[in-house]
Formats: sequence, structure tokens, C-alpha cells
Amino acid sequence: MTVTEAPKIVTSRIGFEDSNTLERFLATGGYDGLRKALSMTPEEVAAEVNTASLLGRGGAGFPAGRKWSMLRKADTTYLVVNGDESEPATFKDHLLLERDPHQLIEGVVIAAYAIQAAQAFIFIRGEMALGIERVTQALNEAYEYGAVGHNILGSSFSVDVVVHPGAGAYICGEETALLESLEGKRGFPRIKPPYFPAAVGLYGEPTVVNNVETMSNLPWIIKNGGAAFAALGVGSSTGTRLFALSGRVNNPAVFELEMAKTTFRDLIFDKSLGNGIKDGKALKAFIPGGVSAPWFGPDQVDMHLDQDEVGKAGSMLGSGSVVVLDETTCALRTAWRITRFFWRESCGQCTPCREGGGWLEKILWRMENGEGHEEEIDMLMDICDNLAPGVSWPPQQTTICVLGSSIPSSIASAIRMFRDELLIHVKEGRCPFD
Amino acid sequence: MSHLSEDIVSRAHDLVALYPEPRSALIPICHLAQGQDGWLRPEAIEEIADIVGVTPAEVLGTASFYDLLHTEPVGKYVISLCTNVACMLSGAYELLEHGEKTLNIRAGSTTPDGMFTLEEAECIADCDHAPCLQVNGRYFGKLSNGDFDVLLEDLRNGNLDDVVPPHGTLCRIRRTVGLEAENGKATQARPTEEPTPQPQPDTLAPGQTQRRRRGRK
Ligand SMILES: Cc1cc2nc3c(=O)[nH]c(=O)nc-3n(C[C@H](O)[C@H](O)[C@H](O)COP(=O)(O)O)c2cc1C
Ligand code: SF4
Ligand code: FES
Repeated sequence: MTVTEAPKIVTSRIGFEDSNTLERFLATGGYDGLRKALSMTPEEVAAEVNTASLLGRGGAGFPAGRKWSMLRKADTTYLVVNGDESEPATFKDHLLLERDPHQLIEGVVIAAYAIQAAQAFIFIRGEMALGIERVTQALNEAYEYGAVGHNILGSSFSVDVVVHPGAGAYICGEETALLESLEGKRGFPRIKPPYFPAAVGLYGEPTVVNNVETMSNLPWIIKNGGAAFAALGVGSSTGTRLFALSGRVNNPAVFELEMAKTTFRDLIFDKSLGNGIKDGKALKAFIPGGVSAPWFGPDQVDMHLDQDEVGKAGSMLGSGSVVVLDETTCALRTAWRITRFFWRESCGQCTPCREGGGWLEKILWRMENGEGHEEEIDMLMDICDNLAPGVSWPPQQTTICVLGSSIPSSIASAIRMFRDELLIHVKEGRCPFD
Repeated sequence: MSHLSEDIVSRAHDLVALYPEPRSALIPICHLAQGQDGWLRPEAIEEIADIVGVTPAEVLGTASFYDLLHTEPVGKYVISLCTNVACMLSGAYELLEHGEKTLNIRAGSTTPDGMFTLEEAECIADCDHAPCLQVNGRYFGKLSNGDFDVLLEDLRNGNLDDVVPPHGTLCRIRRTVGLEAENGKATQARPTEEPTPQPQPDTLAPGQTQRRRRGRK
């Protein structure tokens, strides 16, 4: 097996029953990273994060340090943490929010210091009631301890952090929709350009939006140095990363693994990780990085959990969630359920997404229930082509945000990999897996 | 006499004070109002509009976008059962069917006694406990049909009153501090249990938004 002995960077406290408390946090080096950061200049902190080459963990994999350096110069700059985590089968931030809220807050204050933010907001998905309670509680304690607020840890730096509950909308994970929502509006993604909130963000001010896991890495990076972080992993995939494994495996869970060292085979089959497929069945396919990602077949299982390697093979590591489909899983039904999700969560601003998503869902549902026609397979691809011209990877975009262009991934995967199975549905007028 | 309780109005003003612009507090205040009524009553919407300085139509227009904000009455317990891909692969649709039969309602509706609303939910980020659901935002996972029945009984009998708060109570922990960074003024910390004192006077006229810059010196 090739599961490396890399340190646990963001899950080091998870094993403790009281991992969410200030006592445990302080007893395990908590707020030392912040203390060290405050003894450095903001530029030095940012340089350390650049050296670490920390890639954003929210899905797009954009280098955090570079994002910070793109901030438009202005009097007021905001930091917004994306804890919307609603991509199906993604449940890593859920763990960090509930189990190590102080680590997140420490990371947030470090980032706020590096970019000299006027205020920071932690946007947490409204469904995560316990996560919201834990972070709110931790924030109260952090204020009292002096790690947030006025003259932090005796330094001259002051910043306030606010926990903001979401209200149930996947699209608010898209950063510009999140900002709209944080401004008290409907979660409509903003029209681009401007492409980056770093130029025009919250209330029009330059804003950094970073994922919960991205922030949670910062205390370790500052404490141990960016070079120590960059020494882990391969190439541009540095450090460790949380992978959320679910579907037809014996041990679905979140695992912190060194980047690019572990293969999908290890993740799915290793005894200490996924521990194989349920009931000893055979692997049929897997989704390597959230349901927006094109699927891989069993022949690709020896690929590494490496952003570049997976990208070159025509998919993405995305949000770090791996879904396992086995021989008892209907590919058509899986594609239908994913499409149904996107259709339900479309914000409705763009016609291809709003209408196309609905048409696709209906055709897939009919086909799954034995009422499809062979020519509808081509029709599915044709509608997908309206959403993402060429249905290639990475997808071309015809819509305001990439939710629309993400819809074709699962459908195209099902058609390309399992066309025969779709044809059986059509010819036999039933689902062969029922 | 306001529809929202004095305590909620006071908390709403505390929320407004946390943001550079009052409207940002709109959604958090909607959650508070739901904690009182279970859903967003028109009277509550009017008062929220006043507090954040927008029209009631803007509050409703915003709230109606979001799944967790209810613009119609819902049951005392909202059961949101995830059927998304990881849960589907672990039998979520079979569990949903069982739930519909047991409660004798279709997903998306409420039992006639107003006790349960059953919803088909999207992924609730608890996929390692598939099939799973939430009741008023609290997780229950790895559920068999039998577990589901026990859960309903427990809810009916009040056995879970400590675990499952009334609908809309998103967060039972109160923020104990206001903003500190600005001018170095620390707001008095407030104990969690005690009802908040006097509502702060509303310094904004309806419709007027205030823009405060909070920067480092
Ligand atoms: C439809 C959609 C949903 C998204 N959902 C999330 C999410 O739940 N959490 C998240 O961190 N990023 C999400 N993202 C990515 C964000 O837009 C943004 O890239 C990310 O928060 C940046 O943080 P990072 O650089 O630290 O990864 C989503 C993007 C899209 C298009
Ligand atoms: S692509 Fe879909 S979700 Fe994104 S802005 Fe357009 S309609 Fe909304
Ligand atoms: S798919 Fe059901 S909780 Fe994620």
C-alpha cells in the first residue's frame, strides 16, 4: 500500500472527543500559528503561503497566495470564507466546521492579517446547524481569549469575524452568488467580467473568497513554514488534502491524504481507507471530484489523487469527493439523479441552464423508466451541447456561472461509457437494475 | 405591539450592527423569525423589512429564493431526507417511499395534524452516514426503515426535544460580543441564557441604508 506517513495538517485534532473546545485547541498548539504570523509582516505571511503553493480546496484549485496578490488596492478589503459545501457527496468542510472550529478561526485571522482585511465573514451552509453553533461558540471564546477583535494577542492588528448562516441554496457556493447572498439578496451569480471578487467583491469592495479547508491549512503553514508544506505532494499538488469517499464502499469517510501520492485504488480498496466495495462487488466507475466532474472507469483506478494528473485525463479533483459506483449501480439512474440536482438548484438566470437542465432531467427519467427512444440519446448530447458547446473538458461556457456547463459531465460520461446500458433501457423498456 | 418578540427584535438589531450594510442581516433575521413562528408570516416579513430598511416585497423576494426559508406554514418537524447520489446508492429512495407510506403523505407535504413535513432533500453533506436525513437541521444517519419509525415515535413523544429544536432555531448559541475592531470599542459581552435587554433604537429610517467603513488605521 502507498498511503504515506504525511502529517495530519487539518485533521490532527479530530481524534479527540473534545476537538472543538478551546482547551483542547490550546493544549495542541492552537493559536501559535497566529501568534507567529503577527510577529511577521503581512507580506511575509503572504509570501509563506505562496511558498507553500497552497491550492484552493473549494473546487477550482486556484493558488491562494496568487488570489490574495490580485486584490485591487483600496481602503477597505474583505475576507469571506466559503462554507457553503453543497456539492453532492462533498462533506469535508462539515467535519472541519464541527470538529475543529478554532483552527478555522485561526486560519481566518491569519488570512485577514495577510490581506489586511477590514472584516471577515464565515458563510456557513444553513443546513449545518451544529457547525454554525460550534463555530459561533468558538468565536465567542476566541474573542474572549483575544485571538479575534481588538489588538489581537497584544498586537496592533484588529479585525472582527462574523459567522453568517446561509439559507439553503447550492448556488450560493459559487463565490459571486455567495457575495450576493451575504448582501441579503437572492443568490444570483454575478455577470462576469469582472471575473474576480478580488477586483469587485462584497459591497463592491475587493474581496478574497476562500474555502474552509483552504483557511484551515494556514495555521500549520505559518507554524511549519511554506517550504515544509510544499515538500509534501508532487509538483503543483502540495500538502495534504481531504478526500470525501462515498457511494458503494465499505468505509465511506473523510480521509486526509498527502497530495498526489495515493491512487484512487488505494483510496477505494485500502483497508485503512475505503476498505473495498460493498458485498465484494466489482468497481463499475467512479466520480473523481464532485458530481460536476466527468467519470472514470476501472481502468483509470491507478491514477493518483493529483490535480494535474486527473486534469490531463479529462476530469478534475474538484471538491475532493470521490463517489464509487459498483456493478449493481445503474449508470443512467446515477446520471439522472445528478442532473435532477443541477436542475433543482439552477438559479434560473440563464435559459440553457434553467430550461436545458429540466429537459435533460425529463428525458433521462423517461429513459430510466423504460419509456425512452434510441434517438433521444443523441438529443441528450445535443442539449448538452447547448450548455457546454462541444461537450468537452474543461467545458465551454454559455451561461453566467459554471453550474450550467457542469450539467453535461455526468450525462456525457454515462453515454460515452455505458451507451449499451442505455440502449437496454430503451430496447427492453425497463431498467435492467430494477 | 410588534409581532416579533422583544427578544428577537433586539437580537435582530444586534445582527444589523455586525454588518457594514443592514441588508446583510436580512437572512439571519429571517432565521430568527422562523424560530418564533416556524415560517415567515407576513407580519414578520413587514417587521424584518423595517429593521433592515427594505420593502416587504424585497424580503419576500429574497426569502422565496431559499429552501430553508418557508413562506408557507410547515410542520413542527421538517424532515429533509437526502436522495442525492451517495444516499441513493444506499437506498434513500426506498427509505423515502417508506416515509411517505408511514406518514401517509407525499414528499413535499405536511401531515394533517401539522406534526411532520417530509421533503426530498439534496445532499446534506453527511454522505458517510447514507442514507441520512435532517429533522429541523439536526442529522440522523445510516437509517433503516425501522430506525425511521423509531425516530418518528421519539419525535412524537418528545424524547428528542433536547436534540431537535423547534423549527427554525438554526443556532442556539448566541454571539456574545459586538464588533470590537472599530475604534477599539468592545461591546459588553452578554450571557447566552439571559434574554437580551432593551432593544436598541432603530437609527435608520426605512429604506435608508447606512454605509460604514471599517478599516484598519
Ligand atoms: C456552482 C458552484 C458551487 C460552488 N460551491 C462551492 C462550495 O460549496 N464551497 C466552496 O468552497 N467553493 C465552492 N465553489 C467554488 C467557489 O466559487 C470558489 O472558487 C471557492 O470558494 C474559492 O475558494 P478556494 O480558492 O479556497 O478554493 C463553487 C463554485 C460553483 C461554480
Ligand atoms: S448557469 Fe445556471 S445557476 Fe449559473 S447563473 Fe446561469 S442559471 Fe444560474
Ligand atoms: S448524498 Fe446524501 S448526504 Fe450527501
